[in-house]
Formats: sequence, structure tokens, C-alpha cells
Amino acid sequence: MNRIHYLFNNKQERVLSIYFTAGFPNLEDTLPIMEAIQAGGADIIEIGIPYSDPIADGPTIQDSNKIALENGMSMKKLFEQLRGFRAKVNLPVVLMGYLNPIIQFGMEEFCQKCKEVGVDGLIVPDLPMQQYLDDYKSLFEEYGLVNTFLISPQTSEKRIREIDENTDGFIYMVSSHSITGAKSGISEEQIAYFERVKAMNLKNPRLIGFGISDSETFTTASNYSNGAIIGSAFIKKIKESKKLNQDIQGYLQSVLN
Amino acid sequence: MIRVDERGFYGKFGGAYIPEMLHPNVEELRENYEAIMESPEFQKEFRMLLKDYVGRPTPLYLAQRLSEKYGAKIYLKREDLCHTGAHKVNNTIGQIILAKKLGKKRIIAETGAGQHGVATATVCALMGMECTVYMGELDIQRQRPNVERMKILGATVVAATSGSKTLKDATNEAMRQWINNPVDTHYIIGSVVGPHPYPEMVARFQSVISEEMKWQLQEKEGQENPDLVIACVGGGSNAAGAFYHYYNTPEVRLVAAEAAGLGVSSGKSAATTVLGTPGILHGSKTILMQTEDGQVVEPHSISAGLDYPGIGPVHAHLYDVGRAEFVAVEDEDAMKAGIELSRLEGIIPAIESAHAIHALNMIEYRKDDVIVINLSGRGDKDLETYIKWGGY
Repeated sequence: MNRIHYLFNNKQERVLSIYFTAGFPNLEDTLPIMEAIQAGGADIIEIGIPYSDPIADGPTIQDSNKIALENGMSMKKLFEQLRGFRAKVNLPVVLMGYLNPIIQFGMEEFCQKCKEVGVDGLIVPDLPMQQYLDDYKSLFEEYGLVNTFLISPQTSEKRIREIDENTDGFIYMVSSHSITGAKSGISEEQIAYFERVKAMNLKNPRLIGFGISDSETFTTASNYSNGAIIGSAFIKKIKESKKLNQDIQGYLQSVLN
Repeated sequence: MIRVDERGFYGKFGGAYIPEMLHPNVEELRENYEAIMESPEFQKEFRMLLKDYVGRPTPLYLAQRLSEKYGAKIYLKREDLCHTGAHKVNNTIGQIILAKKLGKKRIIAETGAGQHGVATATVCALMGMECTVYMGELDIQRQRPNVERMKILGATVVAATSGSKTLKDATNEAMRQWINNPVDTHYIIGSVVGPHPYPEMVARFQSVISEEMKWQLQEKEGQENPDLVIACVGGGSNAAGAFYHYYNTPEVRLVAAEAAGLGVSSGKSAATTVLGTPGILHGSKTILMQTEDGQVVEPHSISAGLDYPGIGPVHAHLYDVGRAEFVAVEDEDAMKAGIELSRLEGIIPAIESAHAIHALNMIEYRKDDVIVINLSGRGDKDLETYIKWGGY
């Protein structure tokens, strides 16, 4: 069974997913960060594939992408680093990457490599649903990869239903109409949106991302969904960190408690 | 047949590869733009402003001395005489009327050299709409007068500080800001790039160029069709406008002049069709300059308007099917062509347009061919570059 399905079969509340950019802060930090996220008690690891033009990301993640590329991170390098990671990490792993680097690598080869190293799912923010259905769905399924779509407060109910129909992992709820890391805290307007989507009784679990940074925002988001995703706030933590393992575990425990 | 399909593709190129957060904005535009553009009310306002405000039709001028030098009958389509100094305003007039009809209150735009930024700030002033222009930090330093023009017109200019700090990054930033302000804001893209329907919509606003060329040639030559149309291509909006009504007239040769920068093998170039490969840039599948790993490569051209790592999807298609001929013009040759036109015709062209002039040296044509060169902009904004270059 896909690890994402296994996770949500066993846990429906306070699921914590952590995003980091591969190759940041240092080229060889990928595996140590994954191990620390697992030890810190998170439930899903989301690894960003760095890209020169990340249009859905704010300054913090843009900056981490830039540094990762300067450090020499590439698709090939990432798959080399991920080879054998399943001996140490058993959390579900999702790769998040923009479409261009993936199609240059080759979509089928990419899916094959994901399966080979033990990746469970993909988030490709600039792959629209229709294009996915027309061109890639059968390929993702062939290699056992769960595809995740984003929704925002502007997404219509009809479209949310279509997305729910066409995915079987989880739905990534962008908490405000916003790029990553733009805002902190959760407003009443956002809560109305969380409640609206909750009331739709979707078949997929929902994780709330964008704007989650601490115990309070994590708990609020979890009250209206199955859990949340932390990205920019995590990147800021590890950017300043001298002792990655210790700092990551400390941060995750502060969020979860 | 060169035309866009329902999904926004020209052959293999185009589409709308955008984050879901942009889907409602782009979908709203896609569903409405044709009906709005084709409505009599829109057409009336658009045509009136093009005539009385922009100064259209722009002349189709038979350049006698240039013709003598090159041994062909060369016409210049004088887009440089448009209000604000370039063809860019044709599109911003169209999009601002569209934005009003969609009930939008704010306008955002990206700009490279500042020409599109100025054209956007101009129409925002005209319509009393709030305007924010994103511009690469490096371009802000290079194009100071245009930054000040935008400010005089009441626009806010925001520096894009990521990546190479040029046009590509300004476009990324404008898209991010559109994601952050999806409800009341319209994004005026300045070229035939971006997610569908932008490339086709912008091309249609610019198609007034070839629409006029046809009747002007009929008047002057007794025929609608020239033998060749030459235009420069960065993203490719002036070329799309000059080619539009000739896409499906195969006897008219279409010539696109790209910027070779310091030379196609110098590592400092913007010759996309020579150096690029298919991929995705700014929401559409096109040809772009990229590494093997799919990272976008920083381009170079002496002309800020051509300093872009991709081309519009329609141009990728014209290249792919061999409908247009592409030439790559180096910085030095473009500068010389700019001086040449100044001396022969008394017209100082924008350095972008000078690339199209130099293309005359790179293609074959017959002695009695009728050639139209789209003179997309005037050289006022480039005075400093001409002065620094100094070869006159």
C-alpha cells in the first residue's frame, strides 16, 4: 500500500507535513534533514526540487531554491542522494517540483526513479488538472505515485469537486490566495474558507499550507482539516541552524506540543 | 493553418501551465475575452482610442534611400510614431478596456526596458486606474528615464530582486503578485507570452499592425501582400502583430530577427531558436534557453526589449513548422543598423527595431521585392546606449 494511503487510514488528525528544498542549506543535507524530520515526529516529508523560476513561491523559498542550485543540486544528484533512503526513513515522501525540470529529465524516467527510490507522491504546482488527466495520469498510476492538487479560496466548488474526483492522496489547501510565506497567522476570512471546504465532505483528506509556522497556527489549521504543511517557516529555521538535527527536532516538537 | 486551438495550443506550443491559484483569474479571462473584444461597444472604444489617442493608423513609409542601398522596395511600418514611442500601447489600450469591462480596479504589469511599463502606466492614467509595474532591479538602473516616466504618470514601480533581476524575474514577480491579488486585479502582460489566452489575445490587439499594412499596401502597391515582412522578436508581440494577417498567406515570407547578443556561441546571447529547446516558461510550452537540467538560462542582448530567454508559443510554432525564417543579429550589427537608418532616413530606431533592419543583410531577396520592416519603436529611450557605444 502507498505510504500516503496507509498514513491517512491510520491518522486523520493533526497530520504534519514538512517541506524543505533539496540541497539547502548545504548540498548533502537532504538525508540528514529527512531523518531529523522523522525523529521530530512529523508525518510526511515534502522535498522541493529547486528551480530557477519558482512562480508559486515567495522570497524565502525562492532564496532556498537559488542557493540549492548554486550548491550544485540537480535532478540527477537528488535521485543519487535518495537512493537507499528507505533503509532509514519510513515516512511518506512527496516530491514537489515545477514541471519544466521534470519534463527535461523525462516524465516517465522521473516516475520510474521515484518508484525505484521509494517516493510516494508528487506535487507539481504548474501542472494543471486537465493536462495531468490528458497526458500523465496513467503514468503516475503505473508507478504508484499519488498526485496532489492545490486549491485556494478562489477555487470554485465545482472545481474542488473535480479535483477531489481526480486525486486519491490528499488535497493541499492554500490557506489564502497567496504565494508561500507571504502571510502569518490565520484570519476570520480564512477560517470561513476552511469551514466551507470542510462542509463539502470531500473523499480526500485535506492539509492546509501557506502561513503555518508554529503550534498555534498548526492547531488552528488542524481544527478545520486533517493537518497542515509547514514550508517557509521551516526553511527559515534551518537557514540559521548550526546543529540541524537538534534544531529540527526542537522546532517540530514545539509545533506539535 | 496557423491558429490557436481551444486549449490554447499552436501546434505543440502554448497551453496554460499555471498554479491552481491562478486558475480562476486565467479562466475568467479565457471565458470572456473573445466576447468582450468582439462586442461593438468594445470595438468602438478601442478603435476610437487607437485613432485619436495613439495616433493610428501609423504611416507605411517607403524608405527611398534604404531601398536604394539594399536594392529592394522597402517600406517601414512606423510603430515608432505611436503615442509613448512603440507598438506596446496597442495592447495596453485593448487590455485596459477589457479590464474595465471585467470590473477590475487595479492593474499590474511587468516590464523590461520600460516601454511596456510606460504604455501600461499611460493607459492607467487615462482610465484612472491604480497601476503597479514590476521591473528588474538591474533594468531599473539601466532604464532610469522610463522609470521616471512611469512615476510621473502616477504608477508605482517595484523592483524585482530575484534571479538575474531583469525581465524574466519581473514577469515571475508580477505573476506572484497576481496570485496574491486575484479578485480585483488584472495583469497586463506585454508580449505574446504567458498562459493561454494571453498569447492570442495580445497578438489580436497587435494585429492592427498587419491589418493596416494590408490596406496601405493596396493603396500604394495595388496589392495587399508584400513579398516579405521583417520584425524583431523578443517575446514577439510586434512580430505577431506584423505577421498576424499573413500567417496563412504562404507567398508572404515572414522573417523574425532574434538578438544574438555578443554572438550565438558567446554564452551572452538571446537567440532563442538557435540556443533553446522545448520546455515551459511563464505558463506556456515554448522554446526557451535552458540547461540540460531544465533551469532557465539568463539571456543577454544590448536591447533590453529582446533580453528574454524564450519566445511566444506562436513563434515557436512558426519556427517549428518552418513558416517563418529566423535570423540572429549580434549587438554590434544592430547598433550599426540603427546608425545606418538614422543617417539614411532621419529615423533613430529603438535598438530592438534595429535588429530587424540588419536582417536585410542576412536573408536573400529579389531586386523588385516589396519588403515591410516593422519599425516597432523609436530610439529616444536608447540614447544612452547609442552614446556609450559611440560608433558614429
